Parts: sequence; C-alpha cells; structure tokens
Amino acid sequence: MAAILHIRDLTKQFGGLTAVDAVSFDVPEGGIVGLIGPNGAGKTTIFNLITGVYKPTSGSIEFRDRSIVGLEPFRIADMGITRTFQNIRLFKNLSVFDNVLTACHLSANYSFAEAILRLPRFRTQEKRLMAKAEELLDIMGLLGYKDLIANNLPYGLQRRLEIVRALALNPSLLLLDEPAAGMNPDETEQLMRLIVRIRDDFKLSVLVIEHHMDLIMGVCEHIIVLNFGEKIAEGSAEEVSRHPQVIEAYLGTREEATDA
Amino acid sequence: MDWTYIQGILMLAGINMIAVLGLSLLTGFTGLFSFGHAGFMAIGAYVGAWISASPASTPAGLGLPFVLAIVAGGAAAGLVSYFIGRISLNLKGDYFCIATLGFGEAIRLIFNNVNRFGGARGWPGVPSKSSFLAILIADIVAVVFLANLVKSRHGRNMIAVREEELAAQIAGIDVFRYKMISLIISAVYAGVAGVFFAHYMTFIQPKMFSLTKSTELTIIVIFGGLGSISGSVLGAILLTALPEILRAFEMWRLVFYGAAVILIMVSRPKGLMGGMELTPSGIRKVAAERNALREAKAKLLAEGSGEEED
Repeated sequence: MAAILHIRDLTKQFGGLTAVDAVSFDVPEGGIVGLIGPNGAGKTTIFNLITGVYKPTSGSIEFRDRSIVGLEPFRIADMGITRTFQNIRLFKNLSVFDNVLTACHLSANYSFAEAILRLPRFRTQEKRLMAKAEELLDIMGLLGYKDLIANNLPYGLQRRLEIVRALALNPSLLLLDEPAAGMNPDETEQLMRLIVRIRDDFKLSVLVIEHHMDLIMGVCEHIIVLNFGEKIAEGSAEEVSRHPQVIEAYLGTREEATDA
Repeated sequence: MDWTYIQGILMLAGINMIAVLGLSLLTGFTGLFSFGHAGFMAIGAYVGAWISASPASTPAGLGLPFVLAIVAGGAAAGLVSYFIGRISLNLKGDYFCIATLGFGEAIRLIFNNVNRFGGARGWPGVPSKSSFLAILIADIVAVVFLANLVKSRHGRNMIAVREEELAAQIAGIDVFRYKMISLIISAVYAGVAGVFFAHYMTFIQPKMFSLTKSTELTIIVIFGGLGSISGSVLGAILLTALPEILRAFEMWRLVFYGAAVILIMVSRPKGLMGGMELTPSGIRKVAAERNALREAKAKLLAEGSGEEED
C-alpha cells in the first residue's frame, strides 16, 4: 500500500536537547499506526512537527508526496491532516453542536459580504454545514448531547467530541494523542472499536500515540517505538513486544527486574 | 428633564454604542483586549472633521458632505489598524494589550503636536451634522452587520480563536487573518464613532481621546458581557447615561459609577448578559443549553445508580 505520510530523518532540537533524533517512518494509506514509547520519548513532539506547530530542525515530512515542512498549521489542516490533543482542547464554552459546526467551516466558502447580506449562497451552505454537523454527531453517538456546553460533557465524551471535531474537517490522516488517557478498560474497549470504525467509514489513515498497550496491540497494524527521541523498533505488535530494546525501555534490564 | 437633554444623552450613548460594538467583536468574540481604541476614534474624528469642516474655518477643512466624512473616517481608522495589526497581532494576549495602549497614547500625542489640526487647543468649528436619526441609523446598521457576521462561519472562526487558539489553528482556521479582520472591523467602528462624536460635539481636542476613553469602552464591553451584542448595546446605554443621571451628586458621581461596575462584576462575573443574546433565538439557545445540562446530569445519576445495583 502506498504511504500517505512519509517521514525521513526528522530531527527537532530545543536548544541543546534533541527531542526527536533522525526518526523515519511511513504511515500507509488506510493504515492504523501506533507510536509508543516512555514519557519524554518525543511522541507528542512528532505530532507537533507533523501538524506544523513546531518547525523541524532538519528532515522531511511528505504528505501525499508533497513536503509540508514549514507550512502554517491551518494550511496543513486544510490539506487533510488533523489531530486531537493529549490535554483536551475543546471550544469549552460552546455547545457540543457549535464545536462541530465551527470545525465544518472548510466545507463552506461563502464570503464575508455574502454572510453579512445573508445572500442565498450563505443560506444554502449554512444549511449544509448544520446538516453535516448533526450527521457527524449522530454517527458518533453524541447527538443526545448536542446542546450541552462542551465543558459539562463527561470526560470520556469530551475525548470523543474532539475526535468528532477533527472528523468535521474531512481529514485523510487523523493523529490521536493518547485518546484513551484517563479512560477505564470499558471505555478503552469502546474507543478501540470506534477507531477501527472511523478508519473504515471515513476512509482515513490513523497515527495514534497511546500508553494503553491493550489498545495499541489491539488496533495497530504497525507499531513504532521511540525512546529518548530515537526510533528503537518498528513492526507488528508481536514483533515489537519481543524486541529486546523495547522490553528494556519499558521494563528495564534483566538485573533490574530481578532486583524488584 | 426635557426631551432635548434626554435626546442629548441618548445620542452620546448611540455614538459610544458604535465604538463599543466594534470593540465587542474584538474583545468579546475574538478574545483580544485593547486599551487603544480611543486612538482609532481620534483618527476617525480628525479625518472626519477635516473632510467636512468649511475651508474658511481654522483649521481649514475640505467642506465635503458628512457622508464622505463617515466613510473616510472609518476607512482611515481601518487602514491604520491594519498596520498596527501587522506589527502587533503576533504578540501573545497581554502583550498585544500593552501594544494597543502604547498606540492609543501615541496617536493622541501626535494630534497634540500637529498644529495643522489645531494641536492641543483643539479643532473648533466642526459642523453639527450628527443628528439623532443619523446616529440611530448608524447603530442599527452596526448591530445588523455585527449580528450577521457573528452568526456565520467567519464569526464562528473568530469565536474559536477566542476559545482555544491552538485548536482553532489545527481546525484549519487562519488565526492571524481572523484576528486581523476582527481588529480592522473594530477600528472602522471606532473610527465611524469618532466621526459622529466630532460632529456631535462640534469641537474636538486630543485629550478627549485619552486612555480614560479607551478604558471606558473596554469597561462597557466587559460590563455588558463578553460575546454578547445585546450586552454591548445595553452596556453602552446604561454606562453612558449613568454619570448623567448621577450628575445631581456632583463629585460623588464617578464613585457611584465605579461602585455600579464593581457590583455588576461581582454579582455577574460574566457581565450583564454573560454571552447571552436578547433575541428569540438567543433565549431559545440558553434554554436548550440549560435543558441539556439537566438531562445530562439525570443521565449520569441514573447510570451511576444503575452500576451500583449490578
């Protein structure tokens, strides 16, 4: 399968600290790829580099064979890459519906003048946006909470709303940053099914950072392991879990293990 | 109290309202605080006065129609705001606020020192053109324009910038562009308000557009409630009229004014209207939100007790 995202020798330095060190990997079209590693391994930094929040020190990021290095985050979003955040970043004081409706804006192109004069194009497009937001909420089981202020939503559903908001942009690559953080096993199970379902229904490729190994092992077809900014292993769940360096990064060396 | 007196207060409130509505877009909907909007009012006032004052007066004007003065005053303020925005909109919240403060004072000092426009002594002989009707029409246009803007994808993008800038960027919103547009529109509003102000007072002086004026505008927006057009309208009327109503108390009136503002902010931290709109759809929205909260709570409680039974 062709790669939708192509990362080569990606490096990011903050002053003297190398947060990401010459990392290379691909995300295949339609694939679900897991990005794992201990805290501080540089996972979120890679997300920030892909989405344009940070500029890489060196290396290349190609999305559909086009370099996206140096583009503004909103342009990268426009091209079809979107993400969720480790610490949820919803439009807190807006209703669930308005959160999604706002993100639907890329599906409309009426101008300021058309909006202010309430011209026909404004009306038809606005109707379409509302229908789209409603439909997305319905598919994702949040329609019942449509009028609730996002901040009042239970934690697990806030994470889900963030995914819905990301889907509203019609992305072709979705980056999920610890989507299961703070979820109980039951909710994690639900989330796993959800990730697979949206990949199939929305024809997406997914790159997911997660610490819940059940989730990673359960849904990811390919796993990349980072430690101290470097890629230490890559492969299927089984391959990765047997890799000596991965075991060392997560569990410590054999001597340490016997000590404990 | 005779009608002329009340009309005078209403006209002043109407003029303030134009500036406050513009600032409401910038502060209430886009989340950028400004302490320099009196500067944009000053630009509008002086450019407007220059366009419409008679060539025979000192300082000399161009003697052109009032409508042109409004257009030119608004446009000049908008243009200046574009350059200010280019320099300062990349600054993070508080720093932008400080930058606007500096700009407002700089504009005032420039007018203070340019003798062509009367310098510190001011500009007398601005024609009295701000009629009650003209101000009323301007207010209606200002409200409709703003309401239609806010309830569109462009307005929602501005609100998204206020709510969570990073998430807005990731959602494909050009944050800088929307901040810029919001700043320009708010400056045009302030400029137009300045033109009306000049043609209402018939005499302008740089010290009318000091930091106190900028602060007053921002206080009105916050008092009315951030993110509420109705709040800005009510705030402009109440807070312009209040010092006048209290005029009988002479020197104590500004103390009362301050106390009234504190009282509102303590009892309603989100301002008079707190993001709510006094329109049928606005009231329906708030009712729906309250309902949804009640239902969600009931649902969670039911789930909680259900689990305990298991």
